[in-house]
Amino acid sequence: MKKLLSVFLLSIVAPVLAVAAGGGYPLDDMKPNVSNKASLQNGAQTFVNYCQGCHEMAYSRYERVADDLNIPHDLVTENLIFDGAKIGQHMTNAMTVDAAKRWFGTAPPDLTLVARVRGEDWLYTYLQTFYEDTTRPFGVNNEVFPNVGMPHVLAELQGLQKKGCAQVPVEVDVLTGQDITEEKCDVLYLAEEGKLTPAEYEETVYDLVNFLVYTAEPMQEKRIRIGIYVMLFLSVFFIFAYLLNREYWKDLH
Amino acid sequence: MSSDKKGLMAWVDDRLPVTEAYEKHMSKYYAPKNFNVWYVFGVLSMLVLVNQLLTGIWLTMSFVPSQEGAFASVEYIMRDVEWGWLLRYMHSTGASAFFVVVYLHMFRGIIYGSYQKPRELIWIFGMCIYLALCAEAFMGYVLPWGQMSYWGAQVIISLFGAIPYIGEDLTTWVRGDYLISEITLNRFFALHVIALPLVIVALVVMHLLALHEVGSNNPDGVDIKKNLDENGVPKDGIPFHPFYTVHDLVGIVVFLFVFCGIIFFMPEMGGYFLEHANFEEANPFKTPDHIAPVWYFTPFYAVLRAVPDKLLGVIAMAAAIAILFVLPWLDRSPVRSIRYKGMLSKIAIALFVVSFVVLGVCGALPAYAQPPWLAPVMTVVYFAFFILMPWYTKAEKTKPVPERVTG
Repeated sequence: MKKLLSVFLLSIVAPVLAVAAGGGYPLDDMKPNVSNKASLQNGAQTFVNYCQGCHEMAYSRYERVADDLNIPHDLVTENLIFDGAKIGQHMTNAMTVDAAKRWFGTAPPDLTLVARVRGEDWLYTYLQTFYEDTTRPFGVNNEVFPNVGMPHVLAELQGLQKKGCAQVPVEVDVLTGQDITEEKCDVLYLAEEGKLTPAEYEETVYDLVNFLVYTAEPMQEKRIRIGIYVMLFLSVFFIFAYLLNREYWKDLH
Repeated sequence: MSSDKKGLMAWVDDRLPVTEAYEKHMSKYYAPKNFNVWYVFGVLSMLVLVNQLLTGIWLTMSFVPSQEGAFASVEYIMRDVEWGWLLRYMHSTGASAFFVVVYLHMFRGIIYGSYQKPRELIWIFGMCIYLALCAEAFMGYVLPWGQMSYWGAQVIISLFGAIPYIGEDLTTWVRGDYLISEITLNRFFALHVIALPLVIVALVVMHLLALHEVGSNNPDGVDIKKNLDENGVPKDGIPFHPFYTVHDLVGIVVFLFVFCGIIFFMPEMGGYFLEHANFEEANPFKTPDHIAPVWYFTPFYAVLRAVPDKLLGVIAMAAAIAILFVLPWLDRSPVRSIRYKGMLSKIAIALFVVSFVVLGVCGALPAYAQPPWLAPVMTVVYFAFFILMPWYTKAEKTKPVPERVTG
């Protein structure tokens, strides 16, 4: 009865929800891996070089990042801190809220917890779906976040995408292993190449989002590791609790 | 009574009835021997209460109750305080766990008629605990000062505004300001960490004293005090300690499996225990797209939205909780337990469960994502369970209740 009902309920609400959640644009699936230190280091590098000028990580300390990502302190001080901050300080920047509002119309949000607010799929798709739109102040718009105030900061890496008609791969030819393409309209295609190939850019975005997932909850690896020990302890404790209970209750009935 | 004892314990007993209290509430408190799994949720509520009190004390040591500092201090706890993340997750998961076990505990009372004479006061104290718990949870949710903290509080407090004449002044009085501000945060902090915990602990003591005065009900709804042995001990009763302490220990470990599973492997519980929007600091100038209360308030929130008029909606929501208080006087059945009640009661309870769960789902979803008739229909079903109870509990044919407990 209850199961039937929940199936019934889901069938009426699910389609509406699916549209509501993604703002209409389908999100790519991104599987973060915070134990991949190389990826996190790469993401940290991209973050301080391209993001931190405007976006702070006001709750994250350089030292914690260095220690968690196995980066020696002197390397961090030399290469990742640009404003002479001490390694124990938070990852802030010099931009004031007033200045930010003048330049962008809104203050760029703090990114320490952005992965917990938006989710990794959203971020991963967002950073790959900027496209040329000359009606916007910075000449670009975004599929996931329409009319976003942010310029395409990673454009020198990705190049510039345009929205229009292009040949897009629809399936892989089983004989030749090559993509079979088809002309589709209203899609994003790369109009000007950047420093990175599309595959390299995707990896850079993956590493950056992976780093954001890490900073949103820096203790997550430790949490899971301890959790396993707690579960093991409870399993053993359960056996003793069960036996103790059986010992007391065996003569009762 | 302490004449047969010597030493320190006798000295204490002559001055403070420690042994007497221990016997009355533990070793000589005779509980029916046929408790089933439904009877573990009372103990689990106590466990979660202790968890909330202890983790709460330690969180208070690092929390900063100010508009500037609240959100940052929670992240400070999560990152810089040793084991702070564990304390915070224990507390946030504990809040939801509290409602899970309390709802199941209340449902146990409903199916086995534990609110019936002579346990009306136990039920009423329990309902008072539930009310205090709702206030405690609501105010606690404001403290981390995230977007949902702020806008959730904004929505809930604005409900008082629906009251004619005094509404507007009342909301200002509750907030202490014309909008949710640091003043609101400060008073909620005071109430959350001192006033309400004191009230809850006092009510729990009353709840237990009243229970131990009349004795526990059981799945058969049989009065075990009718069958006493030569020592005046109920034949179907067993001492709470050690029998139910070891019994509950097993239940506690099973509960901890689930509880710790959530803490360590899914602390956000998919956005239901820690809402995604609450990881963004409160911003009075930016209303979130979808403001939903935390899951444990969603059934009542759905009742509120089901009624088109704001004032009537608030009245309906208040009535949905208030009507539970008079449950002992709505049930006219000659038997307590669902086991011996008739088909009508069984159908009524099944429909009640469906309405409560469906209302919970409706309350969590935005209004456009559900058929407009669903929540109103379920609201009617919810109230029908109570309003028709005097009729169907009397009209149906009940089964004979055995003299002694079964199983």
